Amino acid sequence: MTTDLETTQAPSRRTRRASSKNSRRIGSHAFLLIMALYFVIPLWFLIVGSTKSNSGLFVGSGGALWFNDEFNLVENIRGLFEHQGGIYWIWLRNSFVYAFAGGVGATVLAVFAGYGLAKYRFRGRGAYFTVLLGSVMVPLTALTIPTFVLLSDIGLINTMWAVILPSLLSPIGVYLIRVYSQDAIPDEMLDAGRVDGAGELRLFFRVSLPLLRPAMVTVLLLATVFSWNNFFLPLAVLRDTDLLPVTVGLNQWQALSNAGAGGEQVWNLIVTGALVSIIPLIAAFLGLQKYWQGGLSLGSIK
Amino acid sequence: MTTSSTAVDQTAGPAAAGARGGKLRRSSSTSTIDSKRQWWGWIFTTPFTIVFVLFLIVPLSYAFWMSLHNKGIATGGESVFVGIDNYVRAFTDPIFLDGLLLVARFVAVMVPIQIGVALLCALVLDTLATQLSKASRLLIFVPYAVPAVIGALMWGFLYSPRFGPAQDLFGLFGLAAPDFLSSSMIFTSLVNIVTWQWVGYYMIIIYAALRTIDPSVYEAARIDGANGAQIALRIKVPMVSSSMVMVVIFSLIGTLQFFTEPTVLRSVAQGAIPPDYTPNMYAYSLAFSYSQFNYASTIAFALGIFVFIGSYLFLYLTRKQSGLKS
Repeated sequence: MTTDLETTQAPSRRTRRASSKNSRRIGSHAFLLIMALYFVIPLWFLIVGSTKSNSGLFVGSGGALWFNDEFNLVENIRGLFEHQGGIYWIWLRNSFVYAFAGGVGATVLAVFAGYGLAKYRFRGRGAYFTVLLGSVMVPLTALTIPTFVLLSDIGLINTMWAVILPSLLSPIGVYLIRVYSQDAIPDEMLDAGRVDGAGELRLFFRVSLPLLRPAMVTVLLLATVFSWNNFFLPLAVLRDTDLLPVTVGLNQWQALSNAGAGGEQVWNLIVTGALVSIIPLIAAFLGLQKYWQGGLSLGSIK
Repeated sequence: MTTSSTAVDQTAGPAAAGARGGKLRRSSSTSTIDSKRQWWGWIFTTPFTIVFVLFLIVPLSYAFWMSLHNKGIATGGESVFVGIDNYVRAFTDPIFLDGLLLVARFVAVMVPIQIGVALLCALVLDTLATQLSKASRLLIFVPYAVPAVIGALMWGFLYSPRFGPAQDLFGLFGLAAPDFLSSSMIFTSLVNIVTWQWVGYYMIIIYAALRTIDPSVYEAARIDGANGAQIALRIKVPMVSSSMVMVVIFSLIGTLQFFTEPTVLRSVAQGAIPPDYTPNMYAYSLAFSYSQFNYASTIAFALGIFVFIGSYLFLYLTRKQSGLKS
C-alpha cells in the first residue's frame, strides 16, 4: 500500500514520515470500508430482495446479492396490502402506537423523575437513587412472565395496554436525565428564578426543560427503540393477530412459510415487509444525528 | 458508571445536610421554605415511582412469591407454599443448567468480540475526520435501528442454503458453503447476528467518550515520543474505561437474557435450536406451552439473580477502571 505513494528514490525523513502516515490512513480507511460493508450487506440483501418475486428469491438471474431481471417491488408492496386483508399495515400501525406511546410516556416520566432527583434534596433521595441503579441491572425479561400473570388477573391481557404500560418503565432514562440535569441546570439559575417569585413548576417548564432538550431527545430515542424492538413482551401478552406489532407479525409469517404449505409461503412479502418496517427508524436516526451522537455517551461522562 | 454517583451522593449527602443544618440554626424561616421546597422532589418523582412499583417491584415480588408456591391439578388448583422446592428442582434440572452454561459461553465469546470490534472501530474513527469515516460511522451504527427480530430474519435468509449468497460466495473459491444453520455452526451464526446488531451502538458510546478527551494530552505524549498505537493503548483506552465498563454491562445483561434471535432462527433451524435453548426460552415455553407458571417464574427469577450477581461482580472487579472506587 505504501509503495505506490513512495515515488522518490531516497526519501527524506520528512517524506518518509508523511508517507507512513498516509499509508496508515489508507489502512484505516480500508478497515472502515470492510467494516461498513459487513454492516450494510444484510440491509442490501433486503433492498435487493424486495424487488424479487417469491420464486425469484430462490432462483434468479442476479443471485442473492444482486437484482434479477424482473422488478417486482410494486407487486410486493401491493401484496402487503392484499395478503390476509392487508394485516401488515395494521401491524405497522400497532408498532407505531406502541413505540410512540411507550417512548413518549417513558421519556416524560424519566424527565420529571430525573430532574426531581437531581435538583431537590428530599428525604430518602439517596436510597431512592440506589434502588434505581440496582433496577438498571434487573433483566426486564425476568419480569415478563409475572407481568403476564398479573395483567391477566386484572383483565388487561390481549389489549394494547398490556404492551404500552410496562414499556413506560425506563430506569436508565431516569438515570441519564439525572446525570445530565446535574451539570446542565445551574442551581444559581433556579435560585435566581425563585427570588423573582417563580414557582417550582414554572421554573421546571420555563428554565429547566429547554436546557434538558439534548438529553430528552436521547432518552426519547432509546425508549422508542426499546418499545419498537420489543419482542418477548408482545409475544407473551398478545393473542389477537390484529394487535401484534410488526416484529411479532413478520416472525409469524416466517414460521408459517417455513412450516410449508405453498399458499403460506410469502418470502417476498416478508422481505419487503421487513424493509418497509425498518425505514422509519433509520430515517429518524439519520435525521436526529446531532442529538444522539453526543447524547448516547451521557451515562459515562461524570 | 453507576455506583460512583451513589458514592458521590453518599459523601455529598451528609455534608450538604450539615450545611443545611448550619443554615437551620441561623434562621428557621428559610429552612421551612427550604424543606417545603424539597417536597417537590417527591412530587416530580411520583409518576415514575408509580410505574416503577407497578411494573418492576410488584412483578418482581410476585415472581418471587410464585417461585415459592405451586399450583396445578395436583394441588387442586390452589396455590400451595412449597418453600425452596422449585429452586431445588431448577438447580438440578439439566435443561436449566445447560441453558445457563450456554449463555455463559455466549458471554465468554460474544462480549469480548463485540467490545473488541467496537473499540477498534471507535479508535480508528477517532484518528480520522474524512467524509468516508463519517459515512462508515453511520453505516456501522445503522443495525442498531433494526429490530432484533428483523436482524435475525435477515441473517436467517443469508444463512439459508436455499436463498442465501453463501453458496455463490464460497463457490468463487471452489469451496462448499458450510451449513450455518446446523447444530455445529449455530453458535457461531448467533454470535455473528448479535455482533452485527450491537457493535455500532457500543462503538458510538466509546467514540463519543473518546471525543471528550482533550487533544493536548496526545500532543504531550507525542513530544515524549509515543507513537499512534501507544497513544491508543496507553492513553485513549484507559481514559474511556468508564464507558467501556458501561458497554460491557449492557452486553453482559443482554446476552444472559438471550431470547429473541434464537427464537426467530428456530423456525429455520429447528434441529439446531431446541425450544429450551436458553434459560429465557425455557421459561417462556414452560409458561406458555406447559402452563407451568410457578416453575417458569422460578427459572426467570433464578436467571435474574444470576444477571444481577454477574453484573454486580463485574462492577466490583472493575471499580478501579470505571472510577467507581470512592
